[in-house]
This record gives sequence, C-alpha cells and structure tokens, in this order.
Amino acid sequence: MIALLRRDLALAVRAGGGFGLGLAFFLIVIVLVPFGVGPQADILSRIAPGVLWVAALLAALLSLDRIFALDFEDGSLPLLATSPLPLEGVALIKGVAHWLTTGLPLTFAAPALGFLLSLAPGAYVWLLASLVLGTPALSMIGTFGAAVTVGLKRGGLLMSLLVLPLYVPTLIFGAEAVRRGADGQDPTTPLLMLAGITLGCFALLPFASAAALRVNLK
Amino acid sequence: MSIWEYANPKKFIATTGPWVPVMLWGSIAILVVGLVWGFFFTPDDFRQGSTVKIFYLHVPSALMAINAWFMMLIASVIWLVRRHHVSALAARAAAPVGVVMTVMALFTGAIWGQPMWGTWWAWDPRLTSFLILFLFYLGYIALWEAIEDPDTAADLTSVLCIVGSVFAVLSRYAVNFWSQGLHQPASLSLDKEENVADVFWYPALVCIAGFVLLFVALVLMRTATEIRVRRMRALEARMRG
Repeated sequence: MIALLRRDLALAVRAGGGFGLGLAFFLIVIVLVPFGVGPQADILSRIAPGVLWVAALLAALLSLDRIFALDFEDGSLPLLATSPLPLEGVALIKGVAHWLTTGLPLTFAAPALGFLLSLAPGAYVWLLASLVLGTPALSMIGTFGAAVTVGLKRGGLLMSLLVLPLYVPTLIFGAEAVRRGADGQDPTTPLLMLAGITLGCFALLPFASAAALRVNLK
Repeated sequence: MSIWEYANPKKFIATTGPWVPVMLWGSIAILVVGLVWGFFFTPDDFRQGSTVKIFYLHVPSALMAINAWFMMLIASVIWLVRRHHVSALAARAAAPVGVVMTVMALFTGAIWGQPMWGTWWAWDPRLTSFLILFLFYLGYIALWEAIEDPDTAADLTSVLCIVGSVFAVLSRYAVNFWSQGLHQPASLSLDKEENVADVFWYPALVCIAGFVLLFVALVLMRTATEIRVRRMRALEARMRG
C-alpha cells in the first residue's frame, strides 16, 4: 500500500500538470469572482466563505478523471486488481494520493486567496480547519465517481454530473463552518459534521469504488 | 411457488401484460374522480382561497417522486444480489417516471408558492432537497445512457443508486441544517398532514391512490418495453452472426 502511494505521488509530481493546474484553476476562479460581483469589500467578504469552498470543490473536480484513467489506459489497473492488495485498498490509496496532491495544496493556498476576497479576520483558522477536514471527503467521493466512469469515452463530463450532487453535504457544512467563523459564532457543529462525513466516506466508499472498478475491469 | 418465478421475463410479461391496461385506465378513472372531487366539491380554504386545490396534484407527485427512488433502490439491490435482469430493467424503467414526478412536484410547488409566499422559488429545505433529488435522477439516467454493455450499465447504476441514496438522505439533513442556520421563514414548512381537515383529506387520499396505481402501471409497461427491446437486440445479433 505504501509503495502504491509512493508511486502515485511520484507520478503526480513528476508528470506535472495535475499538481499545479488545480491550484492555478483555484486562483483564477477566485480572481474572476470580483469581476462578476463588483469590487465592494463588504459584498466580497460576505460571499467569501461560500465562494472559496465552491472554487476549491471545482478545482478538486478538475483532476478527478486522472485518478484511474492513466492506469486504465496503460494497463496497470488490471495489474493492480490481480495483485495481493485488495481492490478496496487500491481505491483507498488512490483517494489518499489524490487528496495529498490536490486537497492539501488547495487547503494551504486558500487563506492567501481569502485576502483577495477580504475574508473576515476571524475566519482564516476555520477556513483552514474546514478544508483540512472536508477535502479528504471530496477526494474519496471523487474516487468513486472516477471508478464508475473509468471505462467510458467522454467520461469526464458525465463524472461531474454524478459527483457534484454527492458533494452537496460536504459543501454545505464546510461553507457553513467558515461563515460562522466569520460571523464570530461557534463553528464546532458544522466542523464535527464535516469530520463525520469524511470518516464515513473513508470507511464506506472504497467498497463502492472497488465494486465499480471490478465491473469496469470485467 | 415463490415471487422469484416472476423474474423470468416471459412469465413477467405474461402475468403483468393483461393487468397493465386495467391499471392504467383504473388509475385515470381514480384520478378523474379524485381531482374533480377536490377541485369542485371541496370548500376554498379560508386563508389560501382556491389556490389550495393544487394540493391534490402537488402532494401525490412529491410522494411518488421519493417512492420511485426507493423502488429503484430495492430493485438495484435485488439485481446486485440475485442477478435478475427484470429487476435491473424495472429500476431503469422507473427513473424517467420518477423524474417526471419530481418536476411535477417542483412545478406545482412553484405555482402554489407564487400566490402564497409571493415567490416562485425559495431556498427552503424541502424545495432544495427536491432539487437535489432531481439532480440525482439526472445523473442516474445519464449513466444508463452512457454505457453500452447492458450488464455493466446495470451494475454501475445499481452501485450509484445505493451510494446516491445515502447521500440523498445526508443532503436532506445537511440542507435542513443549512437553511435553519441562515434564514428559516417559519411559514414555509408547515406540516401539511396535520393541518388538513378531513374535507380536503379524503379527495387527496383518492388522488394519492390514483398516482400510485399510475406509477405501477407505467413502470410495468416500460419494463415490458425494455425486455422486448433487449429481446430484439438479441435477435438482431443472432441474425447478423
């Protein structure tokens, strides 16, 4: 499992593309928002929590189809499926690797982008906390979506249609935590819910992803 | 004698075939009775006036929108466990009917909401979760359409249906939380069943019965169609090969 994780991380870093692309996309979406709604600081700071979360979610979505597609094309996915490592473990590791290469950089970039949207000073801690807790769930749900659509031509568009509705609960609790932090309220409840969703996704979704992969590899 | 005998497509069509027209016409008759009763023979509500009558379409369609998804979930599990093709095809057949019910519930809700709340749409928990349910239906149908091999499609959509059900329930609670956290206009989510007097309730029950029967008839009909389509494809393949 560790070897697979190392391999995926090395591939992601050395092959380039996915790693920086997600961050650049995140930046561009955040920069576009003030052009759309106007530069008034009070409006921007009010919508900042939601916009940051939605942008992070879209940036994570961007690199999902790479999770299994490359391995599927060059034939290493069937090899992984026949290896002693159970397919559930493969799915889990793929999700973790995706999070380390996408979710984690996004989390650390988010506060810097918060300045651009004049996010309230009290909210930065909670922005970090909610993204750390929430983005792993995004990666795991995305792994499931990628597993379902791996064998398809033009699977990318279909995958967004499948995955985005599944992102709703995570988005709601994540943005709510930041918003409460910005308003000076107590954000513990949404953060706990977010952690619950993430843990649930890690516990259950690898099984669903593995089932989908088995069907696609049949 | 067990229920699994009807998993044989031939037996399924032979058994349900004669019942479909009966159920279809029966449901139309029941709906006409229920709607005429509701529209013309019940008093206007003292606060809502005659707009209350859209209740007879709104509630049954909303009910069936959720129950259709439930039925798909059960059929999907049966397909995954026992590999009965009729079950997978029934789930496929139910999805478009469920979409229509969802759209109808949203549409009649908007028409009702305009005079009552002064707006076509509000981000109220119930409305929002129905919109999310609509998106789930779209994804499910799109996945069926995208995959060519029927068994693969049935497998993947079944897994999606199960995962989607968990997330649909999760979304329902999340949305509840979210909307209370922001703004909760108290008048929007009154519990309708408790507030409705018997005068309105009986015709509503008739309408619900009509919608259930209509749903069953449509699903049976569409399932039979899917079975025949599959048979035709098999014949074509045999003639070519």
